[in-house]
Amino acid sequence: MATAKLMGASIKRREDPRFITGKGNYTDDLKLPGMTYAAFVRSPHSHAGIRKIDTSKALKHPGVVAVFTGKDMTGVNSLPCGWDLNKGKNIPGVVQDLVMVPHMPLTSDVARHVGDPVAVVIADSQDAALDAAELVTVDWDVKPSVTATGAAGQSGAALIHAGAPGNVAFKWELGGGDIDAAFKSADVVVKKRIVNQRLVANAMEPRACVARFEESTGDLTLWVTSQNPHVHRLLMCAFVLGIPEHKVRVIAPDVGGAFGSKIFLYNEEVVCSWASRQIKRPIRWTSTRREAYMTDAQGRDHVTDAAMAMSKDGKILGLHVKTTANLGAYLSTFAPAVPTFLYGTLLNGVYVMGAIKCEVTGVFTNTTAVDAYRGAGRPEACYVLERMIDAAASALKMDPADVRRKNFIPKFSGAYQTHVAVAYDSGDYAGAFDKLLQMFDYKKFRAEQAEARKKGRYLGVGFSTYIEACSIAPSKLVGALGAGAGLYESGKIRVHPTGGVTVFTGSHSHGQGHETTFAQLVADELQMPMDQVEVVHGDTGAIPFGMGTYGSRSASVGGTALHMSVNKIKEKGKKIAAHLLEASASDIEYVGGQFQVRGAPGKAVPWGAVALTAYVPHNYPEGLEPGLEETSFYDPSNFCFPFGAHACVVEVDGDTGHVKILRYIAVDDVGNVINPMIVDGMVHGGIAQGVAQALWEGAVYDEESGQLVSGSLMDYALPRSDMLPMYETARTETPTPVNPLGVKGAGETGTIASTPAVVNAVVDALSGFGIDHIETMPLTPERVWKTVQAAKSKK
Amino acid sequence: MSQSATTSINGVKHTHEVEPRLLLVHFIRELAGLTRTHVGCDTSQCGTCTINLNGLAVKSCTMLAVQADGAQIGTIEGMAKDGKLHPIQEGFWEKHGLQCGFCTPGMIMSAAQLIQRYPKPTEEQIRHQLEGNLCRCTGYHNIVKAIQHAAETMAGK
Repeated sequence: MATAKLMGASIKRREDPRFITGKGNYTDDLKLPGMTYAAFVRSPHSHAGIRKIDTSKALKHPGVVAVFTGKDMTGVNSLPCGWDLNKGKNIPGVVQDLVMVPHMPLTSDVARHVGDPVAVVIADSQDAALDAAELVTVDWDVKPSVTATGAAGQSGAALIHAGAPGNVAFKWELGGGDIDAAFKSADVVVKKRIVNQRLVANAMEPRACVARFEESTGDLTLWVTSQNPHVHRLLMCAFVLGIPEHKVRVIAPDVGGAFGSKIFLYNEEVVCSWASRQIKRPIRWTSTRREAYMTDAQGRDHVTDAAMAMSKDGKILGLHVKTTANLGAYLSTFAPAVPTFLYGTLLNGVYVMGAIKCEVTGVFTNTTAVDAYRGAGRPEACYVLERMIDAAASALKMDPADVRRKNFIPKFSGAYQTHVAVAYDSGDYAGAFDKLLQMFDYKKFRAEQAEARKKGRYLGVGFSTYIEACSIAPSKLVGALGAGAGLYESGKIRVHPTGGVTVFTGSHSHGQGHETTFAQLVADELQMPMDQVEVVHGDTGAIPFGMGTYGSRSASVGGTALHMSVNKIKEKGKKIAAHLLEASASDIEYVGGQFQVRGAPGKAVPWGAVALTAYVPHNYPEGLEPGLEETSFYDPSNFCFPFGAHACVVEVDGDTGHVKILRYIAVDDVGNVINPMIVDGMVHGGIAQGVAQALWEGAVYDEESGQLVSGSLMDYALPRSDMLPMYETARTETPTPVNPLGVKGAGETGTIASTPAVVNAVVDALSGFGIDHIETMPLTPERVWKTVQAAKSKK
Repeated sequence: MSQSATTSINGVKHTHEVEPRLLLVHFIRELAGLTRTHVGCDTSQCGTCTINLNGLAVKSCTMLAVQADGAQIGTIEGMAKDGKLHPIQEGFWEKHGLQCGFCTPGMIMSAAQLIQRYPKPTEEQIRHQLEGNLCRCTGYHNIVKAIQHAAETMAGK
């Protein structure tokens, strides 16, 4: 049963046939007998007290089954925040404790952002529910609001939570090296304000859930658009509803993209689960896109003052960063981790640095909650650092490529201790950059750029040499940093009596292609055809407790858990084969799909015979359990640190401010690669999202009313096919020593790297106007044009 | 208040009594039970609900079901014939033109019209013709390649 090598092969995805033919199964596709439909009544105000909610008219509307407000939900607790920053718990870096503000599934006292749900209407049809929701009247006590990050802490700003004076959620800092000495000894100090605007994840499938309570058994099943169904179940059962976890099954079927926004426990799924127990009928809720803009956790939203100390020969002596991070109106599930441990720890980048200091203040505002969005903290760190490198190069009149090269950490494997807590696993940062410059032909470009400028054309190149931290672990460490959860993953291998294999993974695929890559991994290790391997994910009723997919962790953590189970299967198989061959288990090896006496292929038992013997154990080793099924939980010893170098080439229209991307080149190092086609696809999509942040996207709140102005796809500039280029991608491969597969993670690299590459390119194009920075993204034509006009008027 | 609407979807007649406000996409999803035509927005921006209506690629959220009375409709479920994938479906599979799969039915239905109009489409034509269909996963790169691949296959026939 010899098979071709599967690891490292661009194998077409096995999940695709169902997606391209119409057999996909998303939550909103689900139809159940007796189904009811939920519509939420939401605050139209950014900040308003609730004097009275009148549901009487809605209750009389034909088809309405029930109407509930927060006051009906007795015994239901706040949605939990799963990451604490608390001095009493010895969490490092905490300057001021996190204020754990309540976040009720239906708020009954105050609405704190537009879209905050206050009531739910459940009816026999979606239309009846929506119509009746219009009949619920709320007597609002409209209050002043604050939405802007920089305004939250100003005196006189509206107070959002009584327990959080000054709207401060927490204060935190991290650093290493002598920062004062670094700035004292600097030849040049560069200071910039850097705004990383708020983004909306915009997975194409809006969030949805179906909750079904079975009165006869007491079982609750929740189908939900989730990246981590076990986490959803745990948080909902243990913290909010107080119902037994073993009586709840959470299923995350096909999920249409997530990008972080489907990690978190949300109001609607909790309300539907609770309400289904009250009305004893299934309930379906599907978010409209408008609701998604108002309620899906948003991303980024930092205002940063950064200072970089440089020597005159281009060495980075120190980086001092002061960031205000907008957390929105409530603490989303993992919100406090994003602007702290996922941000400050990455400010060292790929450079040898003298010293770093990072100070972060988290603030509440009357906006939708902010949490992890693709990259989560790491894009913000990379943006600050890569923007500052270019600003420093400009101040020193040096080539930004040279400044990067002068400061790269030399090639290493094992550990590189940074100034910001983390120790990198392996890296060859100059190697990736060299490859990039080779693909790009940098010298030639600079000549073309000079020629073009003579003709009044503004070409620019931007680099980004980034680092990313993924598969965050070990659990003990993240616990010490404030996480309420572990960050391991489960992987179970079930060998059937006839030799086929079912793989159960705690990771969840919502576009990543796990059904292909995990089958590749397991089939490769068991030396069997891929069609003998089936992958199951996304169902707490079927798989062991798993932590799910985010932070580019599936291959490195989930994959390694499967690798461990494969090894256990092989070990047990050796014992069975040894018995059948009358040999010692230590003399058995697994080669070419059979268990054989070492070096003697003729003395062998095929895989299938061992599988069958495990389940029909007539001739079987004494004391060995029948069956062939193994489960492993893998808790990595460290993070993995992918890295790479990106370049973006743009042309800016000096008259209109329009930015056109001419080339986009990416060299990424994600360690060993299981399926290059899938990794390339991940990189493409990541780049698109990062480019979009640089040029087009932004969640805009009206500062007066607190309304989300960019609250629909008509107003929020999601990139379209005619706005983006083809991407030129390549890789270097530096395996991580952290896990036995050598894989790092590929889900977020593109997003992290691309935003600064694009902005640096635009700034480079405009350098002739004396422009060395643009404070705020996105670089819309209007913003670029105004920047150019301001620069011209200065001259 | 309800009105009768009859459409032929993938060659099968569907007649339902509907409220006049019912959108065609909900007729297709909820009444005809063809749930692969998706709803991704509420402003006719995303294109996940794209179908073929009387020979034209149409966003089925922009029409009322009663307006489609008597129409011939094609959806993603009808693209593969006799167990054989349509070349556009093959193209998306071959070139990894999808990740989460949610936008894919709409993309494929738009691409069918695109290739009809431009049998040998350039990258620019593909990007322009597809700008009514949003994808958040792929960055469009492999979708362009998928459609080029499909067009080449179809031209070779």
